[in-house]
Amino acid sequence: MSDLFGTESWWVVIVKAVLIFVVLVVYTLFNIWFERRVVAKMQHRVGPNVHGPFGLLQSLADGVKLALKEDIIPTAADKVVYVLAPIIATIPAFMAWAVIPFGPEVKIPFTDTVTPLQLTDLPVGVIYVLAVTSIGIYGIVLAGWSSGSTYALLGGMRSSAQMISYEIAMGLTFVSVFLYAGSMSTAAIVEAQEGMWFFIPLFPAFVIYVIAMVGETNRAPFDLPEAEGELVGGFHTEYSSLKFALFFLAEYVNMVTVSALATTLFLGGWRAPYPIAFWDGANEGYWPVLWFLGKTLAFIFLFIWLRGTLPRMRYDQFMKFGWKWLIPAALAWTVLVMIVRKVQSDLTLDRQTLLIVAACVAVVLLLVSLIPESKKADEVEDEVEFDAFAGGFPVPPMPGRQTSTDRTDQTETTATSTTSREE
Amino acid sequence: MTDADVPGAREVVVGVGAGAAGFDHERGGGGPGSSIATTDMVLNVGPQHPATHGVLRLRLTLDGERVVACEPIVGYMHRGVEKLFEVRDYRQIIVLANRHDWLSAFSSELGVVMAVEHMLGMEVPERAVWLRTMLAELNRVLNHLMFLGSYPLEIGAITPMFYAFRERETIQEVMEEVSGGRMHYMFNRVGGLKEDVPAGWTGRVRAAVAAVRSRMPQIEDLVLGNEIFRARTRGIGYLSPELVHAYGVSGPIARASGVDLDLRRDEPYLAYGTLADEGVLEVVTRTEGDSYARYCCLVDQVRVSLALVDACLAHLEDLPPGPVGVRLPKIVKAPEGSTYVWTENPLGLNGYYLVSRGEKTPWRLKLRSASFNNVAVLPHVLTGCVVADMVAVLGSMFFVVGDIDK
Repeated sequence: MSDLFGTESWWVVIVKAVLIFVVLVVYTLFNIWFERRVVAKMQHRVGPNVHGPFGLLQSLADGVKLALKEDIIPTAADKVVYVLAPIIATIPAFMAWAVIPFGPEVKIPFTDTVTPLQLTDLPVGVIYVLAVTSIGIYGIVLAGWSSGSTYALLGGMRSSAQMISYEIAMGLTFVSVFLYAGSMSTAAIVEAQEGMWFFIPLFPAFVIYVIAMVGETNRAPFDLPEAEGELVGGFHTEYSSLKFALFFLAEYVNMVTVSALATTLFLGGWRAPYPIAFWDGANEGYWPVLWFLGKTLAFIFLFIWLRGTLPRMRYDQFMKFGWKWLIPAALAWTVLVMIVRKVQSDLTLDRQTLLIVAACVAVVLLLVSLIPESKKADEVEDEVEFDAFAGGFPVPPMPGRQTSTDRTDQTETTATSTTSREE
Repeated sequence: MTDADVPGAREVVVGVGAGAAGFDHERGGGGPGSSIATTDMVLNVGPQHPATHGVLRLRLTLDGERVVACEPIVGYMHRGVEKLFEVRDYRQIIVLANRHDWLSAFSSELGVVMAVEHMLGMEVPERAVWLRTMLAELNRVLNHLMFLGSYPLEIGAITPMFYAFRERETIQEVMEEVSGGRMHYMFNRVGGLKEDVPAGWTGRVRAAVAAVRSRMPQIEDLVLGNEIFRARTRGIGYLSPELVHAYGVSGPIARASGVDLDLRRDEPYLAYGTLADEGVLEVVTRTEGDSYARYCCLVDQVRVSLALVDACLAHLEDLPPGPVGVRLPKIVKAPEGSTYVWTENPLGLNGYYLVSRGEKTPWRLKLRSASFNNVAVLPHVLTGCVVADMVAVLGSMFFVVGDIDK
């Protein structure tokens, strides 16, 4: 961790903060264009290509158009919360970037000031990112609740459950990184990856993180909160104009945030990738910013690729996947890493013993790979359960059935109206 | 009397049921939460909702995310077409007929002209019969491709739509070349077809069919092999053969439930008899009766239809040149009486009950359209699903709203 953090002059901090904001907004505009172009290529289409070179200005034009649209607040909405929700969703998305390292220490052009390419660093930097991005969920839940619409409510409910579940798996993968890096500070983690990027020794954690990050950002195939086919727009169904634009912005910034975090934790942060790393100047000056953004873009491409290929998972399948598979796997992996680290430091093992340990690890991994089979067994069990459920409600002939449902309907409606009258 | 019956009343959306995850009490359990009194939520899906492609409205009663009751409300697209049939002459009603199911326009035209020809006792030239068979099959492919693309789209895969539309475009080009229409072909006439096909057209059809056939595996690989797609559709929306019989469900949906009925084979019209004898016409059936089976049925039906088109092309080449229509008098009048003609439309059985009093317009032309019956069975299929399954089931019932409301 650089000594400069916390002692920099105020104007350096302001310049860096503004730059991060600008980079994020421009990157979002670029990503929207990038997504549309890449998906278009996957679908035998052209994509936006009219405004600006290669259509690059399309998202800017869309953004301006969106801002000029009428701002509608539904009558049924809770106005204060309704207005507040997009703001709550957007601000934390930007705040997370305070601790993301873009590069090493550099000299600011035209001055003698040396500063790290990172706004600030905390001893608990990664935990700070987790904490701040969690606040963004409030924005979505409140948006769903305050809209006064069924679709938005269901979308908000789904997203709260989804993001909280996947945050656990995500947080667990961080633990193994912390164990390897010996620090929770993002700058220190990047430093620790000088020899080897963490995705090699911590590959399972990397895979789990990548899955969890897609779930965390509500992107396909886990985009249940905004499942167009069933919930129209999910939590932002009722939103229009700039408020909608803020949600859109938050979603894309979050996408970049989790990608940047993945880069920082597993792909060596701003360090130059393999062939370029042989060039001595690769990790100095402003070049690392390019490597960093390049790696982030690779993750964005992965997001887009998934969206272009996969259908949406169903809510319960998705939850089952998260809780019954992803979290146990992440836990098991964390325990394994702990044991290996402990054994390594206590017994000062030689290479041969380590190899034996590695063999044991391989066996464990083999066992882990058997888990999908037990998942299949789960599915069968579920189907049986479903049949039993259907059997518990035998389907009577149509007229009889109709009356029975009608009757329950009526009693329920009466019950409701009585309750509301009492209120 | 429910809230929906009061004009202007808000469909009361009260509390959210037992929660999205716990259906404990429904299964008769006594776990935590099962004793808490909950109210059901009424969710109106449609009439304007992306999953209903059109203006079908479903009134769902939800307990959490589980559907406990479903009521399809139809009629938002009622155009009074049966009444209009009674004030249009026999040439004009074709244009109405091809609009009630806009994805199978050619097949719908066919039913009407066949009914009129049947009344008149008219013999259609052989060349026209083969051309009609071929065009009907091309129309079937177009229809199925639409659903092969839109169904994955509904459950979240955006790419298959464009793959399907590329194939549709290929076939639509030849359809457009022959008829001038891309959707409403208006190529049938009482007694045959509007005109003969352009020179060299059959070659282009052959090329288009070959191209589509070669690219169909791409759609199949993208969709059918997908783990998520299988998890979303297998065992979902089970439709039993008994329900198929009770509700008169027909077409690929019925065949996916193991009801082996296909008028092309069982009561051959046009040239299907010959094609069935030759063994080209296979009736695709599945026994699972779930959404996945319905989708598979469509995929296989496309393959069969493409083979049928090729067979028709081969027959057409052997035929001597000749007329493709019958010269009609200025005013076509069907003799007094009634007839019932039914055809195997892409979406199921379409029936046409034509009653004539010897005038130049039908006295009554009753339509039996496939989608109406296929949608009527929805309450049984949907009850017990979760909301996300609702889309997976609804999309796999393959309906066209215009065909429901007529």
